[in-house]
Formats: sequence, structure tokens, C-alpha cells
Amino acid sequence: MIDNPRFANRSELIGILVLAVLLVVILPLCLDVFRLNLVAKYLTYAFVALGLVICWGYGGILSLGQGVFFGLGGYCMAMFLKLEASSPENTKIQSTPGIPDFMDWNQITQLPFFWKPFHSLSFTIAAVILVPAFFAFIIGAAMFKRRVGGTYFAIITQAVAAILTILIVGQQGYTGGINGMTDLRTLKGWDIRPDHAKVVLYFFEVACLFGCIFIAQFIRHSKLGRILVAMREKEDRVRFSGYSVANFKIFAFCIAAIFAAIGGAMFALNVGFMSPSFVGIVPSIEMVIYTAVGGRLSILGAIYGTLLVNFAKTSLSESFPELWLFGLGGLFIAVVLAFPNGLAGIWGDYIQPQLNRLMPSGKSGSGPKAGWHDSSVADGAPAE
Amino acid sequence: MLIGHQPKPFLLSVEALTVSFDGFKAVNDLSFYVDENEIRVIIGPNGAGKTTVLDLICGKTKATSGSIHFRDKDLTKMKENQIVQAGVGRKFQTPSIYDDLTVFENLEISYPRGRTVFGALTFTRDAVVRDRVEEVAEIIFLKDRLNMSAELLSHGQKQWLEIGMLLIQDPELLMLDEPVAGMSVSERVKTAELLNRIIEDRSVLVIEHDMKFVEDIAHKVTVLHQGQILSEGSMEHVKNDPKVIEVYLGH
Amino acid sequence: MFGEYSIGDLGSIFVMQGFAGLILFSVYVLMALGLAIIFGQMGVINMAHGEFMILGAYVTWMTSNFFQTYLPNLFSGYFFLAMILAFIASGALGMLVEWGLIRHLYRRPLDTLLATWGLSLILQQAYRSIFGAREVGVELPQWMLGSMHVTDNIEVPINGVFVMGLTVLITVAVAYIMYKSRWGRQVRAVVQNRVMAGAVGINTEKVDRYTFALGCGIAGVAGSAFTMIGSTGPTSGQLYIVDTFLVVVFGGAASLLGTIASAFSISQTQSTLEFFMSGSMAKVLTLLAVVGILMLRPQGLFALKVRK
Repeated sequence: MIDNPRFANRSELIGILVLAVLLVVILPLCLDVFRLNLVAKYLTYAFVALGLVICWGYGGILSLGQGVFFGLGGYCMAMFLKLEASSPENTKIQSTPGIPDFMDWNQITQLPFFWKPFHSLSFTIAAVILVPAFFAFIIGAAMFKRRVGGTYFAIITQAVAAILTILIVGQQGYTGGINGMTDLRTLKGWDIRPDHAKVVLYFFEVACLFGCIFIAQFIRHSKLGRILVAMREKEDRVRFSGYSVANFKIFAFCIAAIFAAIGGAMFALNVGFMSPSFVGIVPSIEMVIYTAVGGRLSILGAIYGTLLVNFAKTSLSESFPELWLFGLGGLFIAVVLAFPNGLAGIWGDYIQPQLNRLMPSGKSGSGPKAGWHDSSVADGAPAE
Repeated sequence: MLIGHQPKPFLLSVEALTVSFDGFKAVNDLSFYVDENEIRVIIGPNGAGKTTVLDLICGKTKATSGSIHFRDKDLTKMKENQIVQAGVGRKFQTPSIYDDLTVFENLEISYPRGRTVFGALTFTRDAVVRDRVEEVAEIIFLKDRLNMSAELLSHGQKQWLEIGMLLIQDPELLMLDEPVAGMSVSERVKTAELLNRIIEDRSVLVIEHDMKFVEDIAHKVTVLHQGQILSEGSMEHVKNDPKVIEVYLGH
Repeated sequence: MFGEYSIGDLGSIFVMQGFAGLILFSVYVLMALGLAIIFGQMGVINMAHGEFMILGAYVTWMTSNFFQTYLPNLFSGYFFLAMILAFIASGALGMLVEWGLIRHLYRRPLDTLLATWGLSLILQQAYRSIFGAREVGVELPQWMLGSMHVTDNIEVPINGVFVMGLTVLITVAVAYIMYKSRWGRQVRAVVQNRVMAGAVGINTEKVDRYTFALGCGIAGVAGSAFTMIGSTGPTSGQLYIVDTFLVVVFGGAASLLGTIASAFSISQTQSTLEFFMSGSMAKVLTLLAVVGILMLRPQGLFALKVRK
């Protein structure tokens, strides 16, 4: 009677399958390599949006600094690729061959110590995950143990995004500055630039994305997922059920950070560079809107929201660059005022009932699942 | 002051407890002791500090000075969730349940297993949990509403659900803040019956205004006034205490 | 690194650097005052605050152009009219925004944040479409140019002194409105207990609307003052928004005195550090220190003690 699926119930499974068909079959068949690479770029943001569903949608913790973790993951990956691209043969025209070009331009003659481990791919992969998780843990532990949340947390994370951007831009000898790390070429000798490599990388990214979707589904269906929802609503009550609220928030924030970092690493691989313009306040808050458009409580919605907003952005800014900011600004306001549950909410409220009427045999979205969509959207108000 | 360490130890010893909010002492040098399996009722006029005492014991408010010992643990040094895990349960004045979750999930969250992050991740809804939830749901008259979203319950049912959440937690010391307030007459009767069932085999600390209810259940009554104990003893003793009569009827 | 300077030179450098910090302090205070009212009193996060400020700056710029073209004789005094117009323009826009947007979101602070961010994007693009992407500078009247010689080594620009004087004036006015006037009492009553305030006959909706408008109006005046020391572009407001929020939070959101103290310490730290290192590192260290302190003491410098 009361079944508790580990990963997904029937309708969610169908949703995941539909998404898989779209990303694995339809898009690669319909799009040329250039457009497919564009989708790959959008999907890197979908990792961030997915993390925000866990942390913001379920946990009620709005982070306006996800760009920080996207950036940390991206820069870790880019450092590895940059070192490989800066072999002594490739850089023999520099005054110091064997170091990245921007270091040479900034009169640095020796590879800084924190760059050295990034010669190793396994270290890099570990760093992509652990460095952002560590930072998220520090920030989360400091804030949540003191019961800081809601708007304060949002402002602090935003400040962290500002700090990291200024730091990256300012320390151009170590980071490539405002231009970022460009001209990334090979991964373990395998050229990442030609068309066939881009297709392979696209499928690799989609595989990782589904990995993250499964982790998110697992969390959502575990008791932890229900505790997050309970916490968003009545933080105090969760404490008096014997749970350490701070630890659960830290976990949600760390998961969101790790997802964002994987997205960042995928960005460096698929797009071939990394720059501070994906770290700061503006991209961080834009990533929040992807989640909001998709529906902050919907794991799959986050992916569709990201794709949709980015397609709109690309096509609008190609033809009417002026309109784009009006459109994006309007989107923020519309989603908040009229559709707080985003696309998933529209789907659940309008489209699914129609489908159910057409196909009466299909299971209706009753029971526990309905509670997820109908739930009033509560903000994680500051505890103190 | 070694009363708390005499041969038969108290379950709860509150000693010289004081809390001050910007100079206003809501609880002032308060001491009292609760035995194993004792049912203690705290009464007193509004603003006497009754709810604050419960807040202090469960860690919601931090004491300015004094100590609260639960067995050999000093609760003033512990966090709320640790206090719960030590075996102290608290029901709030207004029903405090999770509206977004179903009745089943509300009870399941209160089940004392998998309370760490990884415990919660790997928690499985096995037969033990299921049976226990159903058993409790039966006691709190909500067996046929397990799959219902909790926000659709009536006020009285929400109170019962919260009592059920405490019951499944199985605390050694149960604290109830006005458990029958705001209920219809029939709900009140049912709730009293329910409370009589769940207070068996544990110590209970109750705040209540309903004197009939107090007389029915109390082993001992503590009367608070302006953050201090005005009188303590059996209901009979307290009722005839001139100081109590003065406070309740004097002005 | 101090080898090449004499003691007297060093003293002057620190004074000048301190003065540069004071101008930054003025900008912070002017922006933070409006924000402190809106965030501190109403709990609303207005991410478009910088754009309200820039509206004031553009109004000032237009007024200055108008005077230059049509009333050149009166040009030396245009600024005072511009300030009033800036207050009215930003305040009116604020009132409109409160009515159309904010009042629907009082119970959802995080959503307010997102919606006002959207508003800020729209306003930025509107400025870009109307005034162009290029930054505009305001022609200063003659009496504001030049500097005052305090000693041989120390000279302070007059426009800076003027902006500081203005800051003091506006701060005093805000303090008076919030703490001494009947209206300020109503605002604080609504903040402390909305239901009760409504029950004793305060029109809480009206208080909300005017409080928000006042905060925006002050932002407009801040923008007006801002034109005295820098040029204005469509995205100038965004540059300051995070700093200003940190100023307000660091000061303890509901405290006017705290806001001023935190604006002072942040601006002085930053301008002093700028002497020792690059501007960007100075900013990084300042922000890091603020964030670090806020993590240890989230209630800010001057927090109200409230019985919960």
C-alpha cells in the first residue's frame, strides 16, 4: 500500500525515459555539431539547476553563489587541460616554455605550487568534486550552525561570488584574469576540439547528467528528502524530532555545490575554455532562474527550464539583443508572481489533468506525489 | 545542593534555573524535581513563565544560569536534537506538524532511527517501521488517513497526529503544552483518553488550564507565578493554599 | 616600502587616503540608508536598489543639461533642484513598484529578491535604450571644481566635501523621520507587530508603500550625489549593490547607527588597504573580512536583542 520507491515512481520513470530519448536520440539526430555543442553548453548549467532543486527547492536554502562552485569545478578541469596544452613543445616560443601562456605574459617563470598537482588527471577529478564540496562545507557549517538562513545566506553567498570573481580577475598571472583559461586542446592526448570529439563529449556529459539525476532522485525518495521538505516548512519541529537541522542543510548545500562543480568541469571540456564571467553574481543568479522556470521542486523540470531559457536567450539575443534583458527580467517577475512552481507546476496543474482525461487508464497523480506539486512554496525564512 | 544525587535519583532535576530577557526575569531561581513515572502538572496565570520552562528544558531557549539535569546529563549544555535523542519529547501549544507530508511520512520522520544525514539517506521503510507507524496511527484514530496530506486534517486531528509523532519517538520524559486547548468537546474527551494512554510508563510534564483534566491526571501540581514557584504539592494542597487563591482570585 | 617617504609625507598620504575613504563612505552611507529602511524595517530585499540610485543620477544629468541649455545663468544652483527631482522620480517609481510587485510578496523574501533582480535587469536595459550604453558625466558648476588646500601636502576636492556634507544632512533627516516623527513611529509599529498596528488604526498598506518609496527616494538622492564624484552608466548601480547589502547586514539590519558604523569601517579598511596593494586585492580582503566576521557574528555589529 505505502510503497517507497528507491529512485523513481512510475510517472517519474516515464519522465526520465522521455528526457533520455530527447537528449540521446532526438537532439543528436536533429542538430548539427555546432548546435549540439550549444546544447552541451546549456546542459552544463543544468547540473547547477539540478543542485538548486535539492538545495533551494527541497531544502529552502537559496544560494546566489552557485557560480562559485561552477567556477571552481570548471577551473580545476581547465587547469589540467591548460597544463596539457602548455607542454614545452607547444610553448617553445615563450620566454619560459612549459608553463601556461598567461603566466608567461605576466612574467611568472615557474609553475606555482598549487598548479603542480593538476598534471594528474585523477587528482584533477578528485579536486573537481572535493574542492567545491570543501568550500560549501565551510560556508554551510559556519552559517547553518549559527542558524543563519534565508535572505542572509543569499546575500553572503552572493558576496562570496563577488569575491571570487574579483580575485580571479585580479590575479591574472595565476588564473588567466578576465580572459580566463583559453586554448584548451587535449585530454590525455585526445584532441577535444574536432567535431567527432564534441559529439563524444556530449554523450559523456549526458551520461554524467543522468548520473546526477539518479542521485537527486535517490535523495528525493530517501527519508532525507522528506526531512528536507519538513525542514523547509517547520525547521524547529525537525529539531524536536531529534535531527540536527544544520547537518542536513550542509549536506544539501554540498550536494548542490558538487553538482555545480561537475557542470563547470563539463563546461571546460565541452566549450573549451573557462572564464570569470561564469563565476560572478550575474551568472549565479541566472542559474537560479533556470531552476525557477523549470519548477523549483522538479528534478526534470530543472533540465527543461535550463534548456528552454538558454534556447530563448540564444535566439533572442541573436535577433533582438535589446529584448533579451527585458525578456529575462520579465521572466524573473512572471515566474515569481504567477508561476511559483514553474513549468512543472503548469504541467501538473493544466497539462497532466488533460492527458489523464484523454487516457483514463493512466494512473492519476494522486497520493503522496500530488503533495509535492501542490505544496505551497515556502521560503527558508531566517531562523533568527 | 546534592538533592539530585540521593539514593533514588530524580529523572529530572531543575535547580536554580533563571532566564532573563534584557533584564526581565521570565523564570527566576526556579527549582523542582520530577520522579520516574510521575505526572506533573504546571499551572499558573498568563505570563507566569510556564511555556518558558518547557522551552528551557527542551533547549529552545538558553538558560541564563542554573542547571537542568535529565538523569546524569546536563540539558543546558546540549542542542535541541541531542536533548530529543536523550529521551525528552515536546508537544507544542499549536499543532506543529508537516503540512507538505502525508500522515504516514509525518510519523515516519519521528521514528527514532536514521537520525544522522547518512542514516536518513540509507533509511529503509521496512516492515518494523511500517508496523509501528500503523500501530501508532491506530492509537491516534488516523489509521484510514495514512496517505492523506497532513494539511487536510482537522485541527483536532492535527493535535492527535502530533501526539502520535511523540508517541512513536517513545520519550522517557514527555512535555505537553496545553494539549486540549482549542478542541471541541468530543475531541477533548477523545484526547483525554489518548493522553491517559500515552502517559503510561513515562514521566510527563503538562501545562494545562483545564482544571478538570488536571485533577484527573496530576500526581503533583506546581503553581508558577512571575517565574517563581508559588506552591507545590497535591491538587488538594494547592487548591487550599491561600497564596494560590490570592493570585487566582485576589485581584 | 616606506623608505622613500618622509614622516610628513606619510602623514599626508594617510590623510588623503583617509579622505578618499570618506568619499567611499559617503556613497556607501547614501546607498545603504535607503536600503536599511527597506531591508531593515520591511525585511524586503530590493536588488534593484542600485537602479533606483542610477535613476536619480540620470535625472540629475538631465536637469544639468536642461539648465546648461536654457538657464545658463542659474546653472550654479541646478543641483539642488536636481536632488529634489531625483527624490521624486525614484520615490514615485518605488511607489509604483511596491504597488505592482512587492506587496504581493511580503511573505516570501527570497522571491522578492528574484523579482527585484528581474526588475533591475529591465531597468538597466531601459536606461541603455533611453540614455545609451555609454557612461555620462555631469558638468559640475564652477564653485564645486578645484580643491581646498589644508596644508602644503594635503588638499581635498570641494565636490568630495560637498558630498560628505550632503551625506550628513540626509542622515540626520532620515534619523529624524525614523525616530522622531509620528510617521516614523508608525513605521516602527508596523515592523514590530503588523496585526496590532493595523488594529490600532494604522493603515499598514499605506505605511508599507510610503516606506518603500522613501527608501527608493533616498536612493535617488544618493544617485544625485553620486554624479558629483563619478560618471553614470546603465550598470553603475549593480556595481555597488552587493557592497551595500554587506554594509547593511554588517551593521545589523535594523540599526541606523550600525549602518553608519559599518559603512565607515568597510570604506576605511578598503581605502587604507588600497595603499598597500592593488585595488582588487584590497576589495577582496575587505569583503573577505566582512564575510568572515558575519559568519562568526551573523547578527551584525549592532543587533537588536529581541525576545523570541
